[in-house]
Amino acid sequence: MDFQFTESERAFQKEVRDFLDANLKPELRRAHSLTPSVFDDPATTRPWQKILNAKGWVAPAWPSEYGGCGFSPAERWIFATEFARAGAPNLSPMGLQMVGPVIMKFGTPEQKAYYLPRILSGDDYWCQGYSEPGSGSDLASLKTRARREGDHYIVNGSKIWTTHAHHANMMFALLRTSDEGRKQDGISFVLIDMKSPGISIRPILTIGGDHEVNQVFFDDVRVPVSNRIGEEGKGWTYGKYLLEFERGGGVASARMRAMLRECEEIARRTGTLTEDLARRIADVDIDIDSMETTELRVMSALSSGQNPGAVSSLIKLRMSEIHQAVTRVGVDALGLDALVVEPRRPFYALNEPTLLTEDELVVTPEYLNGRAFTIFGGTSEVQRDIIAKAMLGL
Amino acid sequence: MNLTYSEEQKMLKESVERFIADAYVGRDGAPAFDAAMWKQFADLGWLSLLAPEGAGGLGAGAVESGIVMEAFGRGLVGEPFMTSVVLCGDLIASLGTPAQQEHLLGKLGAGELKFGFAHEESRRFAPLPVACKATRAGAGWRLDGAKPFALDAAEADVILVVARLAGDAASRQGLGVFLVPRDARGLKVETFPRLGGGSGARLKLEGVELGADARLGDDAADALDRAEDKATAALCCEALGVMQAVLEKTVEYAKTRVQFERPLAANQVVRHRLADMAIACEEARSLSLRACLLADADAPARMRAVSGAKTKIARHARFVAEQAVQLHGGMGVTEELDIGRYLKRIVAFEALFGDSGFHLARRAAAETLVA
Ligand SMILES: Cc1cc2nc3c(=O)[nH]c(=O)nc-3n(C[C@H](O)[C@H](O)[C@H](O)COP(=O)(O)OP(=O)(O)OC[C@H]3O[C@@H](n4cnc5c(N)ncnc54)[C@H](O)[C@@H]3O)c2cc1C
Repeated sequence: MDFQFTESERAFQKEVRDFLDANLKPELRRAHSLTPSVFDDPATTRPWQKILNAKGWVAPAWPSEYGGCGFSPAERWIFATEFARAGAPNLSPMGLQMVGPVIMKFGTPEQKAYYLPRILSGDDYWCQGYSEPGSGSDLASLKTRARREGDHYIVNGSKIWTTHAHHANMMFALLRTSDEGRKQDGISFVLIDMKSPGISIRPILTIGGDHEVNQVFFDDVRVPVSNRIGEEGKGWTYGKYLLEFERGGGVASARMRAMLRECEEIARRTGTLTEDLARRIADVDIDIDSMETTELRVMSALSSGQNPGAVSSLIKLRMSEIHQAVTRVGVDALGLDALVVEPRRPFYALNEPTLLTEDELVVTPEYLNGRAFTIFGGTSEVQRDIIAKAMLGL
Repeated sequence: MNLTYSEEQKMLKESVERFIADAYVGRDGAPAFDAAMWKQFADLGWLSLLAPEGAGGLGAGAVESGIVMEAFGRGLVGEPFMTSVVLCGDLIASLGTPAQQEHLLGKLGAGELKFGFAHEESRRFAPLPVACKATRAGAGWRLDGAKPFALDAAEADVILVVARLAGDAASRQGLGVFLVPRDARGLKVETFPRLGGGSGARLKLEGVELGADARLGDDAADALDRAEDKATAALCCEALGVMQAVLEKTVEYAKTRVQFERPLAANQVVRHRLADMAIACEEARSLSLRACLLADADAPARMRAVSGAKTKIARHARFVAEQAVQLHGGMGVTEELDIGRYLKRIVAFEALFGDSGFHLARRAAAETLVA
């Protein structure tokens, strides 16, 4: 056990820093820092993904046989930390962190050969079709139906909260293929081309004022049966496997640290850094120390591509709470200026001067949109149930 | 001792609540100023509710203004009742000459004059420092300075500006309140929508020339403290209205939304959360009432009650509003329901006239005044 970097790890750190210095253009960094929604826009992530793909650095968590970086756990940590410090955009996770690992584990050789390179290159932009109006926490009750007709499924129903459905050309969806037996056993995992006739999308605005999520409607949408992953009726198993990657196993603490430092910087500059606020910042910083060490422990124990298990629920839960604490520090650092509303979007495309400085502009929308962190990917109440069940056997 | 409402107070409560339920509840969009509504407030007598009887008002007090504000919180009213009527109205009543009172409060009551308010100059609310300068100019006055966060100046006809006649920026002595017409020469007003409703503005005053009668009264520090305490007490009542509204909405949602073949409220953790929210609302009701009852008391008792209320209600209100969002799941973080609009109103409530850190320190200081 060793908390210090070795010679070669330090050399790797320098390589990453040099790469970021040379390749992370100021416009991309600015666009990322001026995005108050949960995910960066494709307009930001696409050009960045191209640059990373040319270097072979798109998928640090993937095994090398599928085009991953072959990093050691320490290197993965250095990589993520340097990216966070530099303020690099976050690549869309729906392909890389979610459906990618499922295709690797359960896909056919043809599916792997077709989809995985397109995820790396960004040719496919994915969205996640899990939740429905009547099925959120109780996901297994989902009703969007895929009826078999020859070589096709005919899909009818509706998904909701679908992040970036309006940008995506592909959706991975959990669909009901049977009503027999347990409700979990009638679900299949299917890949849907978003250009298919019969799909329509309704935008939903979040409370920060951003368009990020949508409701998606399916009206007799034809999907080839060959777009199913694994066996019919086993979708629940694959879907849950995916959720472990969605919830944990990455390095989120570095981003939290970078955000907290920015808030502290605003407080120092504007004179709102009272003793009270300084202590709260220290308190959140300790939570980030703890989370960083947990992430390192988990990462050290996993080989790349492996699923993290139930600890992913713990990480997701605490990280969402830390995120909310950080954004709240931001609001308090702004003082009364937290109440200055700038309704125009996207911020990075505003070319006139605004009443707030650029680093201040995102603070309140980030706090407001941040309330979603304890809801998406499974609510905090659901995570606590999973922790009680899977970690404590209750 | 009797802490139940009088017949008049009950009537006021019923009529405001009925009006709000008909005209406001369920309205879409960000709460903003509506001139037709303001006119109705005037017709209903609410804009002259607090003015002294001698100035043509009804002479009501903080309890009555609290009744109105609680209903306005529930309705997410965007009109500047707090700024114009509670805060500026109180300053005019306590500092103005009888002639100024009759003229200004009369027009306020008739809905013909609205007031904005500009005091603090730091990022977090603090009554000091005030550096904005007032100097003699002939028979009148000249103002120079900047106010980064003026309340409801966008719709105002006249802005009450706190400026310094003497002393350094941190001094409590030498402050005056000036009536500055919204269209005064040398006054630059950059307005913005305020989170949760109403508006704000950045003011720049460069050689703003005012007449001899533009100053309200003399040394203004005590009157400002009192008026801002009354405004804070009123905002606490508004926060209570918000809390009560989201509690009811969340209870209703938890009873009707079904997951795992049972309503959300069938889960003990949800029931306990709702119970904690209800406790927070009851405490907010007690503390806001206490603040109203002591709003006219001497400074230490008033400060203890008002700062105590603001400290705790800010925390309770955030808890209630954030948990209301949480228990609505995805629906809670969208513009499709009004839950998020209530949360924004609470974020604004926390920051206006001092956050809970400011008021806890002020309350602690008030203890030593008593001892
Ligand atoms: C910004 C955002 C982005 C999202 N992106 C996507 C996406 O891309 N794809 C996708 O499929 N989904 C997405 N979601 C949906 C998300 O996964 C769901 O919102 C979440 O699972 C909760 O479901 P729900 O909203 O229906 O809330 P509900 O399940 O109705 O829950 C409401 C409240 O009740 C609580 N509750 C429910 N059941 C219990 C219980 N048994 N015990 C205790 N408490 C309980 C919940 O914790 C919550 O507080 C997104 C959501 C948001 C907010």
